[in-house]
Amino acid sequence: MEEKNEKNAYVKQVAEQKYEFGFTTDVHTEIIEKGLNEDVVRLISQKKGEPGWMLDFRLQAFNHWKTLKQPSWGHVHLPEIDYQAISYYADPLAKKPVNKEIDPELEKTFDKLGIPLEERLALSGTAVDAIMDSVSVKTTFKEKLREKGVIFCSIGEAIKEQPDLVRQYLGSVVPYRDNFFAALNSAVFSDGSFVYIPKGVRCPMELSSYFRINARNTGQFERTLIIADDDAYVSYLEGCTAPMRDENQLHAAIVEIIVNDRAEVKYSTVQNWYPGDENGKGGVFNLVTKRGDLRGVGSKLSWTQVETGSAITWKYPSCILRGDNSVAEFYSVAVTNHYQEADTGTKMIHMGRNTKSTIISKGISAGHSQNSYRGLVRATANADNARNYSSCDSLLLSSECGAHTFPYMDIHNESAVIEHEATTSKISEDQLFYCNQRGIPTEQAVGLIVNGYAKEVLNKLPMEFAVEAQKLLNVSLEGTVG
Amino acid sequence: MSSEQQYIDLYTEAADLIKRHSAGVLNAVRDKAFADFKAQGFPSRKVERYKYTDMARLFAPDYGLNLNRLEIPVNPYQAFKCDVPNLSTSLYFIVNDSFYTKSLPQAYLPEGVIVDSLSHVAAEKPDFIEKYYAKIAQTGEDSITALNTMLAQDGLLVYVPRNVKIDRTVQVINILRSDVDLMVNRRVLIVLEEGAEAKFLFCDHASDDRRFLATQVIEAYVGNNAGLELNCLEETHYRNTRVSNVYIEQQSGSHVNHNVITLHNGVTRNRLDLVFRGEGAECQCNGCVIADKHQHVDNNTLIDHQVPHCTSNELYKYVLDDEAVGAFAGLVLVRKDAQKTASQETNQNLVVTRKARMYTQPMLEIYADDVKCAHGSTVGQLNDAAMFYMRQRGISEREAKLLLEFAFVNEVIDKMELEPLRDRLHYLVEKRFRGELNKCEGCKLCK
Repeated sequence: MEEKNEKNAYVKQVAEQKYEFGFTTDVHTEIIEKGLNEDVVRLISQKKGEPGWMLDFRLQAFNHWKTLKQPSWGHVHLPEIDYQAISYYADPLAKKPVNKEIDPELEKTFDKLGIPLEERLALSGTAVDAIMDSVSVKTTFKEKLREKGVIFCSIGEAIKEQPDLVRQYLGSVVPYRDNFFAALNSAVFSDGSFVYIPKGVRCPMELSSYFRINARNTGQFERTLIIADDDAYVSYLEGCTAPMRDENQLHAAIVEIIVNDRAEVKYSTVQNWYPGDENGKGGVFNLVTKRGDLRGVGSKLSWTQVETGSAITWKYPSCILRGDNSVAEFYSVAVTNHYQEADTGTKMIHMGRNTKSTIISKGISAGHSQNSYRGLVRATANADNARNYSSCDSLLLSSECGAHTFPYMDIHNESAVIEHEATTSKISEDQLFYCNQRGIPTEQAVGLIVNGYAKEVLNKLPMEFAVEAQKLLNVSLEGTVG
Repeated sequence: MSSEQQYIDLYTEAADLIKRHSAGVLNAVRDKAFADFKAQGFPSRKVERYKYTDMARLFAPDYGLNLNRLEIPVNPYQAFKCDVPNLSTSLYFIVNDSFYTKSLPQAYLPEGVIVDSLSHVAAEKPDFIEKYYAKIAQTGEDSITALNTMLAQDGLLVYVPRNVKIDRTVQVINILRSDVDLMVNRRVLIVLEEGAEAKFLFCDHASDDRRFLATQVIEAYVGNNAGLELNCLEETHYRNTRVSNVYIEQQSGSHVNHNVITLHNGVTRNRLDLVFRGEGAECQCNGCVIADKHQHVDNNTLIDHQVPHCTSNELYKYVLDDEAVGAFAGLVLVRKDAQKTASQETNQNLVVTRKARMYTQPMLEIYADDVKCAHGSTVGQLNDAAMFYMRQRGISEREAKLLLEFAFVNEVIDKMELEPLRDRLHYLVEKRFRGELNKCEGCKLCK
């Protein structure tokens, strides 16, 4: 009995700890009227001071979007979103404080999130593009990177300053016709990061974007474009949080990555949007299209993601292996708790010769959540010697949750070798018993086992992120045992 | 005219004719099936379970139907001279979609066992048939089942009473025989009462070089502790299309072994829906596909674990040559209360040429936590090292390739419980790989 009380107390304590980043920032934010029509698209473009071609791109996308219907095939319960009830542009920088570049409130917010905007305070070796709502607040180490020829800035800036590059690549990997949310994003995207690594340059520091939704009733539509030219290398990190709100917020992003000859891009995400409360109220809808185009010979792209947040996650970071000898990797840990739903995975489209891809996906479901892996591996007729290995494991931590695997394999080439394996099970009694026997309480033992289970993926994260992710994993799962 | 329309028109015009030549119980569900078919139409490739086969295209050509139940002259014994050697079976024929009643062999069957024409039994014992007919094969969920239910006039009924075991395998030869292009709609109902056991071997053959379109719905009820072995061997020709939907319901402690072997065909689509309704049941579902030329074989399975303590195993193997297309989609669904489920799903494929295509989709959908489920899927080629080993020992490349391909599919064949059938299949598969089964001349089982 006593033990049970003790356990209950612990669970309660953990439950109260809840979502760490759920605070809101009180900053003057200029929000445009709710609703979506052609005028809104024009207004966003005008506010961002964009050239005519960009407006045309947006309008084309918007007109296409109007012909589409919200998809419903995912293994998630996405309600019909009222796209007219969302405001598509929120600018926390609209009112500039006197003598200061950034509102101290904003600076404080990012400090609290562990993202110092002062360069001297920043973790050595990481440049940050901090984005709140629709606007990039600050990009650090811009100058230092510029010395090497690396362009790292917000996409808004890039449209103005690097129009040729943006025009050449924007929408070339994820065209606005790709899907419903891609069309929406292409019409109304606000800010995001732009990275260009010139030929032969190894980016001297980790680049990172931090996305924060703050304003109420807004959606965030980030757009990230990363171009790694021949022989370039970059490691890019992405983090995200949002305040706790009762209503659902929409986050529909596009990430496009272009990898040229022998270049390498590592893209890591720790996604921690507000997941909603324990009754499934509120939370962010994370509906993202991420895709990398491995155009170059011997190019390499690796996606690593740790998904712990969002009420609904629906995304498939994908790779098109077009260049011969290109290599793609996808490592994912998706944790769902309470009433969260995740339908995530990847697509590996092998088109070049001797291409290779690896998929390691670990799903952990707890509470009443639903966690699905959905992945496609396709070897086209020309993809000689394509090689894929996929492994998807699911761990079930409660009797109310679900874990699902939907792998698709389309093989059109006789020399392709494709392997897929998946297992689903709960934490073995033996392992728990072993830990208990050695004096490790069940709750901790679960944490230990889960961390061990996810290690394969966490190891692929850059160091600072790995520590963060590990902590996150523990927080997300605490209180799920018993 | 859309593909659906011709069947809608057909039924609208000929409903009375169809009903006149069938039994009341079968007719009772016809109109509902028609309404369901009309509402659904043929599934497009956007429907998840029909992603890999375009049904509307398969059903588009104009086939004749024998709604009047005219007798087509045939001597099944000539078309099919003997059964699998050493496997003394109780032999039955279904000619097109009619149960063949003439000169039936004097098969010895234990008392109480019924193996007969479905419409015949339906006329005699309507209450019994009504209890089972079109119950697990829901017409609202699959338009092919709806179409079959709407058009099927006869087929096979097997009833095995409590604790009765049929030692001899019941062999059912489906013979397609016609002078014009023909569509046939077969229906099979199998009821095994508690503790009953039966083994079946269904063989599909075409004795004419016509285009055939066969739809088939098999419903099998397997009672408590009953055992069912259901083998389906398809060996027809390239102009033949077969759409088969198999529904199996298992009660507690029951055991099912379901094997599908596709050696020769044009287009084959097999759907298997197996549901566990009682605890402690187990099933083993296997498939072996050897396809070449323009063959298209699509196996789609759903194993529905509704109750705890059930075990399911699936093993499907494909060898695809020339421009053959193979598809396997298997879903294992573990419902919320189905704790202690053990499930293993394996799909392995050999793609031999550049133009052959394989689509595979092994899926798990799990809502219970105390389960052990795994699936694995591979697509690849023959092992170079093994090839080299054999070449080194003076085995020709062709021969070595045959040996390896044979060994590859052998795993499935070895899971079959009927030993004589296994032996025969070894022989047939080898012949098939050698390209000696190219043209169906009656039945290969006896050659």
